[in-house]
Amino acid sequence: MTAPTVDSPPPPLRLPKRRGVELSLLVGAVLISVYGYAAVGLAHDDAVPPDVARYGGGLGLLALVAHLAVRFRAPYADPLLLPIAVLLNGLGLVLIYRLDLETPSDTAAPTQLIWSTLGVAFFIVVVLLLRDHRVLQRYAYLSVAAALVLMIVPIFFPAVNGARIWIRAGGFSFQPGEFAKILLAVFFAAYLAANRNALAYSGRTVWKLQLPTGRVLGPIVAIWLLSVGVLVLERDLGTSLLFFGLFVILLYVATGRLGWIAVGLLLAAVGAFVVGSVEPHVHSRVEDWLDPFATIDAGQGPSQLAQSLFAFAEGGMLGTGLGLGHSILIGFAAKSDFILATAGEELGLAGLTAVFMLYALMVARGYRAGLALRDPFGQLLAVGLASILALQVFVIAGGVMGLIPLTGMAMPFLAQGGSSVVTNWIIVALLIRLSDQARAPRPGGPETGVIAPIAEDEQ
Amino acid sequence: MIRYIRRAAAFCLLLLAALLVNAARVQVFEADELTGNSANRRNTIARYDQPRGNILVRTGGGDATATVTGSKDTGEQLAWERTYLHGPLYAPVTGYASQTYGTTLIENAEDGILSGTDSLLAPLPLWNDLTRGRQPGGNVVTTVRSAMQRAAYQGLAGRKGAVAALEPSTGKILALVSSPSYDPEQLSGTGSAVTDAWARLNASDSRPMLNRAIRQTYPPGSAFKIVTAAAALDAGVVDDPDEETDTPSPYVLPGTSTVLPNESSGCEKASLAEAIRVSCNTVMAHLGVEVGLHGMVEAAERFGFNDDGLRIPSGVAKSNFDTEMSDDQLAQSSIGQFDTTATPLQMAMVAAAVANDGEIAHPHLVDRTVKHDGDTVSQTSTRSYRRAMSPSAAVQLRRMMVDVVENGTGTNAAIDGVTVGGKTGTAQHGVDNTGAPYAWFISWAQSAGSATPEVAVAVVVEDAAADRADISGGGSAAPIARAVMEAALGQE
Repeated sequence: MTAPTVDSPPPPLRLPKRRGVELSLLVGAVLISVYGYAAVGLAHDDAVPPDVARYGGGLGLLALVAHLAVRFRAPYADPLLLPIAVLLNGLGLVLIYRLDLETPSDTAAPTQLIWSTLGVAFFIVVVLLLRDHRVLQRYAYLSVAAALVLMIVPIFFPAVNGARIWIRAGGFSFQPGEFAKILLAVFFAAYLAANRNALAYSGRTVWKLQLPTGRVLGPIVAIWLLSVGVLVLERDLGTSLLFFGLFVILLYVATGRLGWIAVGLLLAAVGAFVVGSVEPHVHSRVEDWLDPFATIDAGQGPSQLAQSLFAFAEGGMLGTGLGLGHSILIGFAAKSDFILATAGEELGLAGLTAVFMLYALMVARGYRAGLALRDPFGQLLAVGLASILALQVFVIAGGVMGLIPLTGMAMPFLAQGGSSVVTNWIIVALLIRLSDQARAPRPGGPETGVIAPIAEDEQ
Repeated sequence: MIRYIRRAAAFCLLLLAALLVNAARVQVFEADELTGNSANRRNTIARYDQPRGNILVRTGGGDATATVTGSKDTGEQLAWERTYLHGPLYAPVTGYASQTYGTTLIENAEDGILSGTDSLLAPLPLWNDLTRGRQPGGNVVTTVRSAMQRAAYQGLAGRKGAVAALEPSTGKILALVSSPSYDPEQLSGTGSAVTDAWARLNASDSRPMLNRAIRQTYPPGSAFKIVTAAAALDAGVVDDPDEETDTPSPYVLPGTSTVLPNESSGCEKASLAEAIRVSCNTVMAHLGVEVGLHGMVEAAERFGFNDDGLRIPSGVAKSNFDTEMSDDQLAQSSIGQFDTTATPLQMAMVAAAVANDGEIAHPHLVDRTVKHDGDTVSQTSTRSYRRAMSPSAAVQLRRMMVDVVENGTGTNAAIDGVTVGGKTGTAQHGVDNTGAPYAWFISWAQSAGSATPEVAVAVVVEDAAADRADISGGGSAAPIARAVMEAALGQE
């Protein structure tokens, strides 16, 4: 596949580029973040933090550079993606800075700012260098191989908090599993785009369920085994759930067969049940979810989940206000896995709803790009990346709020965690590229400003 | 594929919607339950986020007050810690307010006022509920008078014992001292210093954290004879206190061969007045048997014995007078032995009943509570607790008690120019009475210019030097009572 030639005359009607909208939204996002930063300082020390200008300038600069990259290299990209990412990242920095005030000896915000810068740098690199997403299709098998390596390496490193998901080198730790998400999404999208028909219309029918042939089923079973393997070997329930959810969604989108979902859910249930009963680390998470207050009754004090629920409850409708909560009581993971509890306590249900809406918008925009794209790989990749975001948010937010068992995972853009921030910036970069391709005027085609309906069975 | 993408998008939207619903569940519908969870430290943090209101005592005879507590900001998570200006002196009144161990006594009973959560402090009804806020802590003004408290504490001088003093007409507790005492400030805050102090205080043989004035009962010994005398007068067993009784000396306990001796001479067929003056066991035991079990139980309960619901506002330990006994046990109980036990406060109420014409005003420790800016929140009014005896019996007992101080076992309590009535007592304790005996003195005082007695006192002190003689009550306890009464009457 090659990029289409751009020699055709400009079409009479074009989609507006909306770069101005993006810029003004970015200004708003930076201002909101700066305001939050100042509010934290005012609440905590009765003074605006001295480095508020530096913070605002830094964030503004990152946003501006990213915007320029989009303006010049992806002019038709969706104008909401970048502002949402900047706002979430800025808000995350505010929340981490706010928690740093409680732990002066252990600050995380400066590091997080460096990682954010690195994330934006990667974003720019991807936007500048990846001129057409279809290039990625060629690297499908390379991607899956790299993903496997990235996921297997941490097994040889010591576990942290019960999970073997870290690589430590020279005081620097990072979670390779985060990058594996993107690589797997690329592989799934490419593999399914190539094998859609085989998966959908082959094999024997057993009790109304059309089974695919073994040749196609093989890789799928392999992926399932991989997910469970990650779960067992690395005790990383969250990543395992994410891979599996991603795979089931993409399989459904590619084939349209609900049977796959049934099979997927069944396999997931079996896997989860077996591991949940056998593996003590996962088992305790499930127990804690079923009764978050068991440790209190046992006289051991509240568990992290109970502390998290207390924080959310304290927030109520409007929150305590930035800098006025006590979410630091959650303990060691307050800045990472439980960052949402600080948002819940200090911004209340109102603020939390806003945060969820930002994620929902981002996911919706990703899906929208998928709907508008014409090539199956692009469609699947957009759906996959958007689903990764949605699943991450659901798994970790549901976990810290007692909806599902708690799994260690970073809230995209908000949570402390360098690998996570960089990965999510790359995801946004890919979505920018995809939405640019989706909205850009198509050479040769009748350009009416309306996306031509695609026949359901168009292959 | 478009259709499937839309469905997948709907699924992701459903996930986010589930998160929103769940957020509403946790943050709105279950919020109160979670906020109220005892393991949720936020309530504690908020509680110590502002200085605690103070506990005040009265200085001098007028309305002047002075605080005996304070607060200091430590900058820790539970920021404001309680300080005490005269910790050991007022510990039986204030109790402690500890980040680690909670609160006791007034710190506990008036915690809502002191910590600012009491709805009475709020500018509008339901204000605190709506704003989830707290007001600045209010102050508690006690009835205690600093001069009397100090006199009692110095009088005990570290010996094991307690003093309770009342204003008979109002029930105001003027002094409440327990010795040996402790400094509640050691328990303020968190950390190893606090837990070590707690462990040390609880392990100490002298039990400094025990509030002996209201939480410990002792056999009252001969001091209980006032109750027996009141019962005999009101039951008509004795019409004229100066008339001889038909009591042999020694007296053989009914139904047994046990002989009850007297510590003093001249008790054979002694009158009630004489028996009180020199503290005759035989006469009083005999009178108790003549009044009968039912009459004695009723009389004791009119004074407050067997009441486990007395609050001042902290709970007072139940003083005991058995309700089922044989006559020999009744005889012993009637002279404050056997199972009869009393708190020092209870015995102060006995003296106060005599001083207040037989009426016991409800004892209380909190005079009023005020907002931090001085507006009164609540004021404790005088109310009757019980009528212990008829006014005529009280008049006769006052005369007899004055006789004790002027000519009997209680001469050590006499104050020049003041009418003082008293009664001594000695109580054995420990296995086979091996413990050092407790010396009792209960008394009241009325200065020349006053229509009624202004103060009633009960003192109990462990006195290793005391022999079995009742004189010991007059020997070691009476001077303390005198010092407290002098402080009450302004004769310091």
